[in-house]
Amino acid sequence: MSDDLDMQEIFGIFFEECAEGLDEMESGLLGLDPGAADTEAVNTIFRAAHSIKGGAATFGFTAISDFTHGVETLLDQVRDGERAVDQALVDTLLAAVDCLREMLEAQKCDAEPGSDKAAAVKERIGAILASEPGFTAPTDSPTGPLATWRIELRPPASFFRDGNDPLKIFDALATLGELSVECHVDDLPDLDALQPAECHLGWTLELTTDAGRQAIEETFSWIGDGCALDIRELGAEAASPVSAQERVAARESGSIRVAVDKVDTMLNLVGELVITQSMLKRCGEEYSTDNIAALQDGLMNLERYTRELQESAMQIRMLPINVSFSRFPRLVRDLSAKLGKKVDLRFSGEATELDKNVLEKMSDPLVHLVRNSLDHRIETPEKRVKACKPETGVLHLSAAHENGNIVIRVEDDGAGLDRKRILERAIERGLVDAGETLSDEQIDHLIFHPGFSTAAEVSDVSGRGVGMDVVRSNIKELSGRLDVKSVPGRGSVFSICLPLTLAILDGQLARVGRDVYIFALQSIVETVQVEDDEIRDILDAGRVYRLRDQYIPVVRLRDVFNLPPADATPESELLVIVESDGQRMGIFVDDLVEQQQVVIKSLEENYRKVDGLAGATILGDGRVALIVDVAGLMHRLIDTHVINLASQSAAA
Amino acid sequence: MNEKLQGKDAQDETACQYLTFLLGDEEYGVEILRVQGIQGWSSATPIPNAPDYVLGVTNLRGDIVPIMDLRRRFGLEVREFGPTTVVIVVRAKGIKQDRIVGLVVDSVSEVYTVGDDDIQPAPGFTGDVDTQFIRGLTSIDERMLILLNIDKLLDDSFELDEPAPDQAASG
Repeated sequence: MSDDLDMQEIFGIFFEECAEGLDEMESGLLGLDPGAADTEAVNTIFRAAHSIKGGAATFGFTAISDFTHGVETLLDQVRDGERAVDQALVDTLLAAVDCLREMLEAQKCDAEPGSDKAAAVKERIGAILASEPGFTAPTDSPTGPLATWRIELRPPASFFRDGNDPLKIFDALATLGELSVECHVDDLPDLDALQPAECHLGWTLELTTDAGRQAIEETFSWIGDGCALDIRELGAEAASPVSAQERVAARESGSIRVAVDKVDTMLNLVGELVITQSMLKRCGEEYSTDNIAALQDGLMNLERYTRELQESAMQIRMLPINVSFSRFPRLVRDLSAKLGKKVDLRFSGEATELDKNVLEKMSDPLVHLVRNSLDHRIETPEKRVKACKPETGVLHLSAAHENGNIVIRVEDDGAGLDRKRILERAIERGLVDAGETLSDEQIDHLIFHPGFSTAAEVSDVSGRGVGMDVVRSNIKELSGRLDVKSVPGRGSVFSICLPLTLAILDGQLARVGRDVYIFALQSIVETVQVEDDEIRDILDAGRVYRLRDQYIPVVRLRDVFNLPPADATPESELLVIVESDGQRMGIFVDDLVEQQQVVIKSLEENYRKVDGLAGATILGDGRVALIVDVAGLMHRLIDTHVINLASQSAAA
Repeated sequence: MNEKLQGKDAQDETACQYLTFLLGDEEYGVEILRVQGIQGWSSATPIPNAPDYVLGVTNLRGDIVPIMDLRRRFGLEVREFGPTTVVIVVRAKGIKQDRIVGLVVDSVSEVYTVGDDDIQPAPGFTGDVDTQFIRGLTSIDERMLILLNIDKLLDDSFELDEPAPDQAASG
C-alpha cells in the first residue's frame, strides 16, 4: 500500500519534470534560428529530450520512451552538426513536443498513450531521419502541421495530348505523404465512341502531409490551364490539440516548485523564531522586574519574525508571470501562421510575481484575450499595408505593479474594436435600445456582456464559446477588474487589474453600532463629514450626495445590513466614498477605527455567501469582523437604478 | 476523548455513542463522532440578513464558524443565556460540503451508548420540536432521549449561494 503511494509520488515528480522539460524544449525550439542554430540552445533541447526518454524508460512507459528516442536521435544529429536546422525540422519537433504532452497526459490518467497523431509524427521523424543528413527542404515552402488535403482533379480531354501523365503526378504527391486515389469514370463514353488519346477520367485524391499547400500546388504546376483543380484542407486534425489543452487547464492547484533560496529564508526565520521563543521562555521562568527590558525585546523580535515569516510564506506562493506568458510564443506562432497574419509578440515585466492561484486562474482569460486580438483585431499584412501600418502587427503582453495591484495588459496595434458592428449586435440582441446614444467607452464595454458575441467574431480560433463575459467573470472571481481601451485603426488595450494576493488585504476598520466592518483600503477614495441636509432624496430610488460637482448615491450600512438603528441621530455623519469599476458611491458608517492588514477568511466554508460581504477576518482580540464587498454593494445599487437617476440629476 | 470512544465503539458496530444535552426539560442526543468540541458561550459577530436562529459567526481555531441557537431553530421559547449555556461544535454534512457549526444549548448532560436496535422512529408528533430534525427516540433509565439528525439543521439558508430575494431587495 505504502509502496504504491510512494510510486504515485515519484510518478508525480516525473510528470512534473517532463512538463518542465517539454516547456524547455518548446521555448528552445521557438528560439532556434533556421540555418544558424545556437549550439547551446540545441544542447538544452537535447538534454530535455534525453531526460524525458530516460525517465519514461525507467518507469516502463515504453510508448513515450520509444517516441522520444526518435526525437533524441534527430536532435543528436543536429547537435553533432550532421544535420542542418530548417523550418521543417523545427515544425516536426514542435509537433513531437505536442504529442509528448498528450501522451504524458494520457499516461497520467492511466490511459493508453499513443494516438494516430503520435504515430503520424513518429513517421515524420522517421522520414527526416531516413533522409540524407544535411539535406534541407527548400525553406521557401512553408510547412505546417500535419494536415489532410482533398484534391479534386478534373482534367480536360486534351490532358494526355498535352504531355501530362497523371501517374507521375500521383507518384510525386505520394512522396509528400500518405496518398489515396479515387478514380471517377462517370464521364467515360461507350467503348465505340472512346478516343484513346483523350482523357475522360477524373480523380479525387486524399493526401495526408505536413507539406503546405504550396508544395502540393507545385506538383500540379505543369498541368495547364484547362484543368479543373481544387485543393482543400480537411479540418480533421484541428480539434485534438485543444482537447489536450483543456484537460491541462482543468487540472489546477496540486504541487508547487519553490526556489531554494525562498525556502532558506523561511528556515532562517523559523530558526530566529525558535531562538526568540527560548528567550521568552527564560524571561517567563525567571520573572523579575529586571527582565522587563529583555521581555519587551523578545516580544518585539517575535512580532518582527512573525511578520517576516508570514511574508516569506506568501512569497512561496508567488510565481513569475512568465510561467503563464511562456506558452504564448507557440500559440501566437501557430495561430498567426494559420490566419496568415504577421505578428511580433513582445513581453515586458515577465518577472512580475503573482499568487499561484491567481496565475492559474488567469491563464485561460489571457489565452482568450490573445486569441481574440490575433483573430479579430490585428489585420492581415495586406490590410495593414493599405492602412499605412507596418506589415507585421505587434502584440504586447506586459505585467507590472501599479498602486498595490498587478496590472496585466494585452496590447495590439490592430484595427481596434468594431464599434458599429458591436452596437448593431447589441441592438439586435436587445441589450441597447435603438435610439439610445452610447459613449464609445460604453459601446466597447458591451463586449463583456454575458452571451454577447458578434457573428463576425465567431471563428474556429476564438469562437469556442468562451465569451468575453467569461473572461470578465473569471477575473471578477479573483477580485480583479477588466478594462478595454480601443482606438479605431490604431489598436486596443485590454487591461486586467488584480489584487496582489487574495489572502491578505489592507483594511480600514469602520464601526457601525457595536460591530466592526472592514473596507479594502484601496477601494476608499476619501471620507467626508456630511451634514444631514446635504443628502437629497431622489423619489423612492435612494439618496444622493453632491461631492464637488458630482452626485453620488449614498447608502447607510445600517440599512443595507438591517442593523438596529442608532440610538440618536447625530447632526453630521461620516461618509466613506468608495470606488469600484470606475463608479463611486458613499457609505455611511459611525466611525473609522484603524487600518490594518487582515487575512481574508471565507464565510462560505461553513455558512454561505452573504450579499454585501466579501468574507470575514479575525481581529487581534480574536473577534470576527466582516469585510464589506464594495463591488457587490455597487452592483445592488446599479440594479435599483439609483446610479442612473443620480447621473441624470447631475446632468440636469 | 473522541478517539478512545471510537476505538471502543468499533467492537460493537450496531451501537453508537451519543452526547446528550438539555433544552428545557427535554434531553437530546447527537452522535459523538460528529462533535468537534464544546466551549462556553461568548459573543458572536452578527451576520447581516441571516435567519434569527443564526446568531452570527465566531472564531474557532482560525475558522469562521456560524453559531446556531438551537432553541430558536426548534421554535422553542427563547431564554437568556446562563452560566451553563454552552456551544457544542459539530460537523454536519451539507449538500455540497461538510460544515462546522456551533449549536447553543442550555447545558451538556451525559454520554450514552445506544444500540441501533433500541432506537425507535419518532411518532408524527413530538411536542415542541419539528420532527424533521429527529432521527429517533430511545429510553435511558426510563427517561426519553431524542436523537437528532444534525444534517437537517442546515437548511436552505446554508446551501443557497444567493440569499432569498426578499432579503436582497432590502436597502
